[in-house]
Amino acid sequence: MEALRIQQTDDSPEVILDQEGNCFEISGKSLPEDVFQFYQPVLDWLNEYRKKPKPFTRLDIKLSYFNTASSKLILDILMILEEMKEEGKGVLVKWFSLASDEDMQEAGREYQDMVDVPFEHATYDKL
Amino acid sequence: MSFSGESKGFINYVYERYSNLRVKDISVVFEGQITHQVMKALTGLVEEQLDDVEDDRVMRRVFHVMVESLQNINRHAESYEYRGHPYPGVGLVLVAKNKERFQVTTGNIIETGHAEEISLFLGKLNNMDSDSLDDLYKQQMREGIMSPKGGAGLGFIDIRRKTGNPLDFSFVKIDEETTFFIFTSTIAR
Repeated sequence: MEALRIQQTDDSPEVILDQEGNCFEISGKSLPEDVFQFYQPVLDWLNEYRKKPKPFTRLDIKLSYFNTASSKLILDILMILEEMKEEGKGVLVKWFSLASDEDMQEAGREYQDMVDVPFEHATYDKL
Repeated sequence: MSFSGESKGFINYVYERYSNLRVKDISVVFEGQITHQVMKALTGLVEEQLDDVEDDRVMRRVFHVMVESLQNINRHAESYEYRGHPYPGVGLVLVAKNKERFQVTTGNIIETGHAEEISLFLGKLNNMDSDSLDDLYKQQMREGIMSPKGGAGLGFIDIRRKTGNPLDFSFVKIDEETTFFIFTSTIAR
């Protein structure tokens, strides 16, 4: 399956969804003008991938900021992983937060409560 | 484009909130069309002002409250006609601080018919405790019907729960169709 790569901008994250390279990552800031337009290709890719995924998929989410409109779309992404898990595939979300960003850490825990997908939480320091 | 005549009135309403709430230094004040680019410019400006001088957590919350408040205006501000001239999606924003807190005040035109619904919703949020706000946020994320431009009330809920402070709001009725909506969020420093 062809990889999806979206370059980071000042209001939208970098997205790498690469089955061959075994890299699934969303990182940066997410407050695009139109969240549906931005996330639709991501959801489409994952829904396609879901039909024939690897036995184990780890999605890295390393966002420094996301707005509430994006939060809904992030949940949609996680729900696709949940479906993959229900279909017997191994999935893991690795949720990265800045060590000082309690709100981002809390957001990770909140998502973990909302979907039946294993989470691993990690923190990083400012570059 | 500006509201000649009327604009003086609108900005006065916003300043009134500012003086009532006894906050001192103004970080940003802006009146005009709140496009996505304007939202990014204003939040970027405040971020730059606060960087290195303000606690990171406070800075992130001020940034978030500004993003959500301005995106609400960008999505929901009604066009407004004054003496036959249309004014599309215009809004006001004022960010100010004193020793204890930051305040982000926005003002925009809404349809008079929507005022009661907004008022009930914000009043409800003010009466909810932190756990119920978390539950409501999650419920809205799961079930909330979003308009094509986003939304679903998530912005208001999230401002309320992240700041932990009551939302301050008021309405100034212009005429049967149009009402000026003033909304203030408070972020503790």
